Amino acid sequence: MSAVLQADGLGKRYRRRWALTDCTLRIPSGRVVGLVGPNGAGKSTLLNLAVGLLTPTRGRIDVLDAPPALGPAELARVGFMAQETPTYSGLSVADHLRMGARLNPGWDRKLAEDRIAQLGLDPAQRAGKLSAGQRAQLALTVAVAKRPELLILDEPVASLDPLARRQFLQGLMEVVAEQGVTVVLSSHLIADLERVCDHLIVLIASRVRLAGDVDQLLATHHLLTGPRRDPERLQAGQQVVSASHTDRQSTLLVRTDEPILDPAWTVEPVGLEDLVLAYMSPEPTGRGGLTGVPR
Amino acid sequence: MIWLAWRQFRAQAAVVFGALAVLAIVLIVTGLRLRHWYDTDGLANCTTGDACDALTSWFTGRYSWLQTLLSNVLILFLPGLTGVFWGAPLIARELESGTYRLAWTQSVTRTRWLAGKIAVVGTASVAASALLTWMVSWWYTPFDKIAHNKFDPTIFSERDLAPIGYAAFGFALGLIAGLLIRRTLPAMATTLVGYIAARIIVVYWIRPHFQAPLHITALLQQPGAGSARAAKAPAVGQIPQGSWIVSTKLTDPSGHSVGAIRIPLGSPCMATNSCVAGYHQTLTYQPASRYWPFQWYELTLFTGVALILIGFCFWWINGHSLRPASGGAAHASRPDATLPSQQAPAPVQ
Amino acid sequence: MEWVLVIEFHLDTRSGVSPYRQIVDQVRRALRLGLLNEGDQLPTIKEVVGQLAINPNTVLKAYKELEHTGLVAPRPGVGTFVTATLRDGSLAAHGPLRRELVRWLAKARRAGLDEESIEALFRDAFRAGAEQDIA
Repeated sequence: MSAVLQADGLGKRYRRRWALTDCTLRIPSGRVVGLVGPNGAGKSTLLNLAVGLLTPTRGRIDVLDAPPALGPAELARVGFMAQETPTYSGLSVADHLRMGARLNPGWDRKLAEDRIAQLGLDPAQRAGKLSAGQRAQLALTVAVAKRPELLILDEPVASLDPLARRQFLQGLMEVVAEQGVTVVLSSHLIADLERVCDHLIVLIASRVRLAGDVDQLLATHHLLTGPRRDPERLQAGQQVVSASHTDRQSTLLVRTDEPILDPAWTVEPVGLEDLVLAYMSPEPTGRGGLTGVPR
Repeated sequence: MIWLAWRQFRAQAAVVFGALAVLAIVLIVTGLRLRHWYDTDGLANCTTGDACDALTSWFTGRYSWLQTLLSNVLILFLPGLTGVFWGAPLIARELESGTYRLAWTQSVTRTRWLAGKIAVVGTASVAASALLTWMVSWWYTPFDKIAHNKFDPTIFSERDLAPIGYAAFGFALGLIAGLLIRRTLPAMATTLVGYIAARIIVVYWIRPHFQAPLHITALLQQPGAGSARAAKAPAVGQIPQGSWIVSTKLTDPSGHSVGAIRIPLGSPCMATNSCVAGYHQTLTYQPASRYWPFQWYELTLFTGVALILIGFCFWWINGHSLRPASGGAAHASRPDATLPSQQAPAPVQ
Repeated sequence: MEWVLVIEFHLDTRSGVSPYRQIVDQVRRALRLGLLNEGDQLPTIKEVVGQLAINPNTVLKAYKELEHTGLVAPRPGVGTFVTATLRDGSLAAHGPLRRELVRWLAKARRAGLDEESIEALFRDAFRAGAEQDIA
């Protein structure tokens, strides 16, 4: 399957701080990709680079086999929803659709109007008077109605209440089911991503720590509990992601392709949220190195 | 893109052009009246004499409230204000509020986006000042014919062509300030300051040199015996009426330039009427015939600078990734959060 | 064309069972209970994700597995339709059996059993019965 986004050694620096470092990624098409990481990790920077709102300091990034925002044709293939959902507060919902129609040659007017009607938005209502959830839905409609091949959403549900969040994701998934568009969305709410994403990228402190299909990740990560043991004495081929110990017991989160044969361990599957959190903890222990629990 | 630029701008345009329409009506009514008086009261032929002076001063006092409004408020401020209120926020507001991230990810290039905005708002700025200038120039025609002072610095800046150039310049200055400063209010303030500075610099240091000025020197003459006041300067009478006197210089009998002639009261020269004997006055001036060429120079200068600034804007907007001064990537500029907002993994017992 | 919602899925995120598995199980259960019959149309993928907010590939995977086991078949451009049932002839017996079960549960509760004990008792007896059948 071809890649919708390819980054090679991508880096972005603002004055003295590197927001993104040595980022190498390959995002396959036809997926819903979750980009997760703490604040300041570089998620927004990566997504803004992908749509051409920022230019790289180092390395390169290609979207749909072309540099981002190269020209009108490339712009038409990518839909974007920026952080905090900027909309023109003085313009009405209908005005936003008119804008979309005039600025996008591929605009599907029926799709846009149907979606607005289905959402129950009043076309004459000014965008500034809409609730956060409604604004997010409006911005999604504008991004989606131009029929892009790739949708990039920067923290689309961050400031929405649970109901609005659910409704947004429902609408987004309908669009994916209908148009087959590839979606990349960033969030720091892993529970939301867990429902909708089948590919995950974990970005921490401006670096990519983990990337892969969710099924694959869940299949290769295991939670091992057993008598207290030094992680170095595990089988080869097993990478310890995180470890915690008490006097008597060790709990390890391990990444491996092979089955765990040692009978001393109780092997359990790991949930996605726990998996990501393990990678997010201050120093993921490689092989060697104990994260002890102080008495 | 034109549609979007217009849709965002139409309320402001309505206010200003609506006001101009009202003003037009007022000016047409009063202007026709003025012309009527000018024609029927024989002011055209009136040049000297006390009766003439009285008639002239009656006429120049007509509609003084409107004269003040036009000269001291409207045409003085409008070209600069369109730059400050229409030009500066045009890009700055989009950068500040983040809506540029919506606009630049539609299927139009940044060049086309900017071009659309300039086409609508820039044209409106220039058109508003052009309309006002021509209305005001037409209305003032009778006054100008009497006073012959169109070449005076302040009046020159309020007639015919010059304000149109100012409006273009003000708009371009606002545009580039908004683009570089990225915040609306600081951009507006910068535009205002820059506009005023540019205007002052041109009036005092550039306009006098559009063409090399002419000089004329003449002896001073003392008026009637026993009076030490106001020496007549026949030099003034020798230059064409309506010329612009850029500067004057006094030289004493030995050829040194002086600031003023000091004559102590009761000195002997007053009896012989020779106090100002030997003093020359040198005028540096631009003849009245150069009025229209100078208007074109001024227009070309300001418009040329405006076009350069706008060209720079197009170059800048395409080559640079614009992170706005506030908001947007603010999350990226906060110090690294090593722990997410969720709780850290608790040790599993 | 009349649009009739035959079955609605629900998702238990805390059960530890993967979403696609839950969908497969719910379809099978519906077939078994006679809620779905041959010729009925399953909800479209768009309808399912629009309700559950899950990845369409998950639903696709579930429908593909059902197709693989011969229970449903896709009709391109129209939807996915049931082609076989899991119903045995016992559907008629469901009603009275259910009523008996409800009565037994009430009895168990009156005897002082809590939910965990009832479940343990049932599982035990069920397993014992199954072993007996095999033996």
